[in-house]
Amino acid sequence: MIGVTYAVPAVLVFVTSALLIVVGALGVIAVKNPVHAALCLIMTLFGVAVAFVAQSADFLAAVQIIVYAGAIVVLFLFVIMFLGVDRRDHVNFEPLVGQRAFAGVGVVLTVGGLITLMARSHWVTGAMSVTTHLSSSQGNVKALGTAVFTTYLFAFEATAALLVIAVVGAVLLARRERPSQPQEVNA
Amino acid sequence: MTWLASADPLFAHGVSFAVLLIVVVKVIAAFSLLMTSVIFMIWFERKAISDMQSRIGPQRWGPFGLLQTLADGLKLILKEDLVPSEADRVVFKLAPFLVLLPAVITFGLVPIGGTLTIAGHFVQLQVANPPMGILLLLAMSGISVYGVMLAGWSSGSKYPLLSSVRASAQMISYEAALGMTIVTVVLVTGSLSVHDIVNSQGGGIWHWNLVRLGVVPFVVFVIAITAELNRPPFDVVEAESELVGGFHTEYSSFRFAIFFLAEYMNTITMSAIIVTLFLGGPAGWIPNVAHLRWLFPIAWFMLKTIGFAFCYIWFRASLPRFRYDQLMDLGWKRLIPLSLGWMLIVAGFVIGKGWGFIMAALVLLSYSVLARSFELGQSREVGPDSVLPVVGERPLRPESLRQVTDEEDG
Repeated sequence: MIGVTYAVPAVLVFVTSALLIVVGALGVIAVKNPVHAALCLIMTLFGVAVAFVAQSADFLAAVQIIVYAGAIVVLFLFVIMFLGVDRRDHVNFEPLVGQRAFAGVGVVLTVGGLITLMARSHWVTGAMSVTTHLSSSQGNVKALGTAVFTTYLFAFEATAALLVIAVVGAVLLARRERPSQPQEVNA
Repeated sequence: MTWLASADPLFAHGVSFAVLLIVVVKVIAAFSLLMTSVIFMIWFERKAISDMQSRIGPQRWGPFGLLQTLADGLKLILKEDLVPSEADRVVFKLAPFLVLLPAVITFGLVPIGGTLTIAGHFVQLQVANPPMGILLLLAMSGISVYGVMLAGWSSGSKYPLLSSVRASAQMISYEAALGMTIVTVVLVTGSLSVHDIVNSQGGGIWHWNLVRLGVVPFVVFVIAITAELNRPPFDVVEAESELVGGFHTEYSSFRFAIFFLAEYMNTITMSAIIVTLFLGGPAGWIPNVAHLRWLFPIAWFMLKTIGFAFCYIWFRASLPRFRYDQLMDLGWKRLIPLSLGWMLIVAGFVIGKGWGFIMAALVLLSYSVLARSFELGQSREVGPDSVLPVVGERPLRPESLRQVTDEEDG
């Protein structure tokens, strides 16, 4: 972005959010304790939320915190606590044969792809908003809602159906009763 | 800077020193208001409960024992600060502050009065009115799980761990019902901003969301928020008879004090949020007194909030604790369907009367289907035939699994 000057507050906000995101993300892979890794993930999610607010996507920022930090990472932690993962870890242990090699290839492909994209396309680090600035006192909830319920209605409903199917499937798989005598069952 | 002005009319004429000063004073005033009300809330709770139980309660420090909380706080700070040897030190020390932070931030959303004019600046008596508005409440109630959860886990002790597993399951369960009742409020207001929510309830008692939405969302909200607060009768997280003390068993000194501070802060904040969302916030009758008209909205707000704070104390003194499975049943099988159905009916009535009645009929139909399915699930025969065969295989090969378990045993 040559020839564009940024205001000091905007740069400060960007640096803060970028630091939160990058440090958190590095923490997720570097930290050995799974609970600490989940905490680093929350830090990353907060950084992303700050970045959303800086681009006046208030609704996305709020949803980011409510859904990801408030529900999904809580479930991660819940599972970690439930399974009782203790502090002794099995880092040297490979459940799938050759997973380290595959992981290495994956990292090279992803990072290489990202760098190629950033070098060749303008939209990756382009303007703050793609079309026009959404100037509204209500943030952009209304625009988002209209888009989701008109243009992208099919995708929205398909996602909803997918989630319901996943829940039903999970309940069906998890619900495994112990065989017992009928007279012992009290409803 | 237009987005600043959209969040708070204080910034309409740009940011100047006077405006910044007003903002700082507002923040300090709100914080000290919250802190002092915590002191009185604890005293009020102890006095009210002892009255209900025919006891005297605190009486030694200050008139009517008013300074008892200060004395307790001082005592706690002077105690030795212990960290258990099995604890995860960083998280153990971080957790109390994670409980405190959401309580303070949420209070910043609440409008505690109308507007004031200070030196030509139009000041809302509200710390912040962000465009995301009431969603911030949901975000913060999502975050508040972490404090309790991590406190329990990091203690490295079994009762706190049980408590934190309970806390996470309970808070996630009730958050869904909470969110859906907030959606009904947002639907009739047509705005997420807390300021607009309060303003839309300004025209007398029939415009309060309590009446306007039917009483159901209010009741669901109060139940769900009580569960989010871990207050009785939903205090399985701190069930003394089962879990010693719950998530704060291993805490002492200042950190223990912070947990209690946060709990009472949350109680006050949530009473204020209930008043804001359903009882018109600072709305109320204002007599025509010169120069003092601004005082009455604040007084109304305080009165309503104290009313709800008293309700929480009353719950604690009179209701027995829920069993854990009853708590989950209430959350998932009663409150979530109820709030979801009511949200659909309200959405129908927002569009038009006809749609409202169609929605109501559909919701009734699906409730009867749901009730029937609950009944079927309850009376289902459980036997060898209902057991599903094992699907797939475990991701670990048997010999490597054995390797893991042997390592842990040895």
